Amino acid sequence: MNFLDYAAAPESTALLRLRPSYGLFIDGEFVDGSGAPFATINPATEKAIAEIAHADASDVDRAVAAARRAYEKTWSRMSGADRGKYLFRIARLVQERARELAVAESLDNGKPIKESRDVDVPLVAAWLFYYAGWADKLDHAGWGASPRALGVAAQVIPWNFPLLMLAWKIAPALAAGNTVVLKPAETTSLTALIFAEILQQADLPPGVVNIVTGAGETGAALVGHPDVDKVAFTGSTAVGRAIARSTAGTHKKLTLELGGKAANIVFDDAPIDQAIEGIVNGIFFNQGHVCCAGSRLLVQENIHDDVVERLKQRLSTLRLGDPLDKNTDIGAINSREQLDRIRELSAIGEQEGAERWSADCAIPDNGFWFAPTIFTNVSTSHRIARDEIFGPVLSVLTFRTPAEAIVKANNTPYGLSAGVWSDKGSKALAVADRLRAGVVWTNTFNRFDPASPFGGYKESGYGREGGRHGLGAYLTTAPVVARKSSAQ
Amino acid sequence: MTIATPVALAPAERALSLIGGDLTEKSLRLHLEGLSGVDGVGLEQRAAGLATRSIKTTSKAWALDTIIRLIDLTTLEGADTPGKVRSLVAKAISPDPSDMSTPRVAAVCVYGDMVPDAVVALGALHSAGTDSGINVAAVATAFPSGRASLAIKIADTRAAVSAGADEIDMVIDRGAFLAGNFGRVFDQIVAVKEACRRTDGSSAHLKVILETGELTTYDNVRRASWLAILAGGDFIKTSTGKVAPAATLPVTLLMLEVVRDWHRLTGETIGVKPAGGIRTSKDAIKYLVTVAETVGEQWLQPHLFRFGASSLLNDVLLQRQKLTTGHYSGPDYVTVD
Amino acid sequence: MTRLAIPKTYKLYIGGKFPRSESGRTYAVVSAGGNFVANASQASRKDARDAVVAARAAIGSWAGATGYNRGQVLYRIAELLEGRRAQFVDEIRQTEGLDAAAAGNQVDAAIDVWVWYAGWADKYTQVAGNANAVSGPYFNISVPEPTGVVAIVAPQSGSSLVGLVSVVAPALVSGNTVVVVANQLAPLSAISLAEVLATSDVPGGVVNILTGSPAEIAPWLASHADVNALDLTGAGDLEWVDLQISAADTLKRVLAPEPGVPVPALDRIVAFTETKTVWHTMSMI
Repeated sequence: MNFLDYAAAPESTALLRLRPSYGLFIDGEFVDGSGAPFATINPATEKAIAEIAHADASDVDRAVAAARRAYEKTWSRMSGADRGKYLFRIARLVQERARELAVAESLDNGKPIKESRDVDVPLVAAWLFYYAGWADKLDHAGWGASPRALGVAAQVIPWNFPLLMLAWKIAPALAAGNTVVLKPAETTSLTALIFAEILQQADLPPGVVNIVTGAGETGAALVGHPDVDKVAFTGSTAVGRAIARSTAGTHKKLTLELGGKAANIVFDDAPIDQAIEGIVNGIFFNQGHVCCAGSRLLVQENIHDDVVERLKQRLSTLRLGDPLDKNTDIGAINSREQLDRIRELSAIGEQEGAERWSADCAIPDNGFWFAPTIFTNVSTSHRIARDEIFGPVLSVLTFRTPAEAIVKANNTPYGLSAGVWSDKGSKALAVADRLRAGVVWTNTFNRFDPASPFGGYKESGYGREGGRHGLGAYLTTAPVVARKSSAQ
Repeated sequence: MTIATPVALAPAERALSLIGGDLTEKSLRLHLEGLSGVDGVGLEQRAAGLATRSIKTTSKAWALDTIIRLIDLTTLEGADTPGKVRSLVAKAISPDPSDMSTPRVAAVCVYGDMVPDAVVALGALHSAGTDSGINVAAVATAFPSGRASLAIKIADTRAAVSAGADEIDMVIDRGAFLAGNFGRVFDQIVAVKEACRRTDGSSAHLKVILETGELTTYDNVRRASWLAILAGGDFIKTSTGKVAPAATLPVTLLMLEVVRDWHRLTGETIGVKPAGGIRTSKDAIKYLVTVAETVGEQWLQPHLFRFGASSLLNDVLLQRQKLTTGHYSGPDYVTVD
Repeated sequence: MTRLAIPKTYKLYIGGKFPRSESGRTYAVVSAGGNFVANASQASRKDARDAVVAARAAIGSWAGATGYNRGQVLYRIAELLEGRRAQFVDEIRQTEGLDAAAAGNQVDAAIDVWVWYAGWADKYTQVAGNANAVSGPYFNISVPEPTGVVAIVAPQSGSSLVGLVSVVAPALVSGNTVVVVANQLAPLSAISLAEVLATSDVPGGVVNILTGSPAEIAPWLASHADVNALDLTGAGDLEWVDLQISAADTLKRVLAPEPGVPVPALDRIVAFTETKTVWHTMSMI
């Protein structure tokens, strides 16, 4: 037999208790949406998983009103210690239901179960635990004496890490004393709604967290709502720009975590086997659906051929397929729309003269899939070296000197993350110092931790999530001003 | 600092072809120090990632049988007796008397002076250089410390080979390695390799034990692995089993990466043997996965991969019985040797 | 018999040089009583463009200097301001109609603000940065770094010198470079400050000062893709929401208008920094 064709090892879906349809979560209850419900599908099979309610502007209005009531009547009057206790409770419940959440995430998103199980869900719990402890220590967070919550936070999150992005948003917001209306991405609402069930189990006061599902217009209604005090968005730079325009001149505090085109710089003195792993993890983790993905490999010219050969060999061992199989490395692309974009940009890469290589893996008949792909002979002027592809596609460029590497790495309107690989600490840190990016991983890549601030320079957005800095997005020390009543 | 006269090293074939004609202590050092560094965090993460593979049903059945076929069933005690060795050999021949479809192990591994007992006990099943049957492996060169003169190490090796050992598990001089005397370590391996030669011109296979627990750093492991291969080793082996930590998955992964790189460079295949500390099927399966995904599954054959182990075999047999019968077995249903 | 004075020509300050506006335009600066005081250059969009180019070119050396060094260079400015105290008092009296004591107070306040900010240059990273205790074998540290080129509309209602200093100094502390549109009606002290800067150790291009109409110049700065941040402190009377909307196209960091002169605050330094988090593996073996 062929050992490497590991026998199927599917994670059981028996522990899922999915409902056929999910309502909006407003004021502690699941309620019907006013828009036409839509199906959320499994991107690996294209089969429907459940029906999701569609919130229109009136639903958003109700959710914001519930959040406002909860803020004024309950949450802003509660002690920080008690807010923290709720967050601790929620964190524990997430741990207890971790496997169920991981399975639901892989089902709905298409990401491999090993990632949802070992990365996403543990980080969700960690994020909640971390910020739970801050709730009664805000005076010590460095954002001024007696900082105050902003009020109602409108939060819009993407489909690549559905539950993790929810935790990144909700945990600091609640710890700081805000109430929340959150909109998950249209294609990945499921785990947010299971999370709403967890909030019920935790007995979180009604209205403190509200979840409205729907598409772009639901999100626009939410961030445009006059009675929200804070807008937090993670997603594309184009939408982020539109939100920045729409909140201009308002009292809304805005943080944006947007796109990226990170350089992963590999010097000739890199620990080579770990660098190869880091390149793979940098761009093929979560099918490359990662805003901080290391999508531009900048490799020192004298080791280019060796690195590319090693990389191809390594990619040949990646296993693409059923996201619920415990041995799957590369899952499904989240949606047909995203698959089309990846295909289009890859086709452009070929037209522009870059050399395409894809791992030879069997593509399932149904679902959305894209084999791990490398482009070599890429120039800085190629679109695949400039546009965010948000898929498992790596562009390989070369450099000759550290200075050239820095210039090429910084030559992008984005500035979210970067990687540096060298066994020479002095050089690695000096290069890290000069990179214009919010997160620089040296001799590692795509590591996340609730204690570690994350966020971009330039067009990758502003504000930080994670760590003490992440609280700053949800606090103010400005004098109290009478809020203009907007819902007269 | 003075410029010393270049110290010429033994003209081992692999080293000559890779490093060049004027093989010296210095040229060897430059070569080894030119190897890529290892970042311990990344290495350990990669190993941990490989360890999460889930091996089920048919794959598991194949893996369990493969583990047995790859075992060097070992006894290396001061208290070893002819009786103990006979018992070990009996276990090697029929690991599970209740299921004769159970494969045999690759070899028995004993101290050099016990080789005649092992050879006698094996009788016709002694493979003696053929592909069928069971090999006799002997530890040599003042195992486990390696603290003896070269003459004694050579004599130790020759005695084991002439007594019928098919494989020699030598230890490197860790003291010399850590003192930076790479050439000394190199020359000793070359000399022991020469001592493996039989009168008919054939040779016992040479496994070079690095004792990675004493080399400590991954950079040292990579250099020592490369050095052992350059000097002519057929196998590189992690540990004596007498020093903790013995075999670990990250160290074995690293040695497999060296073997993979050597193969890419020369087309030559070198064996790897983790030894010591691997006691459960679950652990052993992680090694199989690591081999298959690092060098390829063609390495999962006795001439290219071994487990140095004693208690591992019984755990594999218990798992095997579980797969066959469908229920969990117990220690009374496998034999103690 | 009184000596006939030699009036000063007030020009722009771009890239360490004192050019006239490329447009050739000037406008009359008048005293509080309505008398002609001087002609100031009326900067155009092309002057703004040149200023951004100069500011961008100056980033490397200014941001690359050590905090200690920036602090010393900035402190030196305060020394020079002190030495020219009489000149500033005179200009403020002329343009703002203050008496000698009030004008003197403003100059003193400006110098004190400058000194306060100068002292932050090698400290703000310790207060705004962090060592992060992550769960894993990593050295992890977050440090604030300068955002880049900051375009500023200085306070427009009186207090010309302390207003300007209170927005320019905090942006400089971390290593940003600045293009600032001075108080339109009272621009003289801004150009005198430029003369101080020009004779100091602040590299040319680190501070670029434009005089003229904020309403005319600010939109070009707000939409300029090579400007990283926009400080609208003095833009309260402009169509500042449009400026903010324009700044959104390249996701500039924006500080909203505020009345009067901002109080010295660490927040103003941090507002124009980016927090960079660096991870490095830790392994002994």
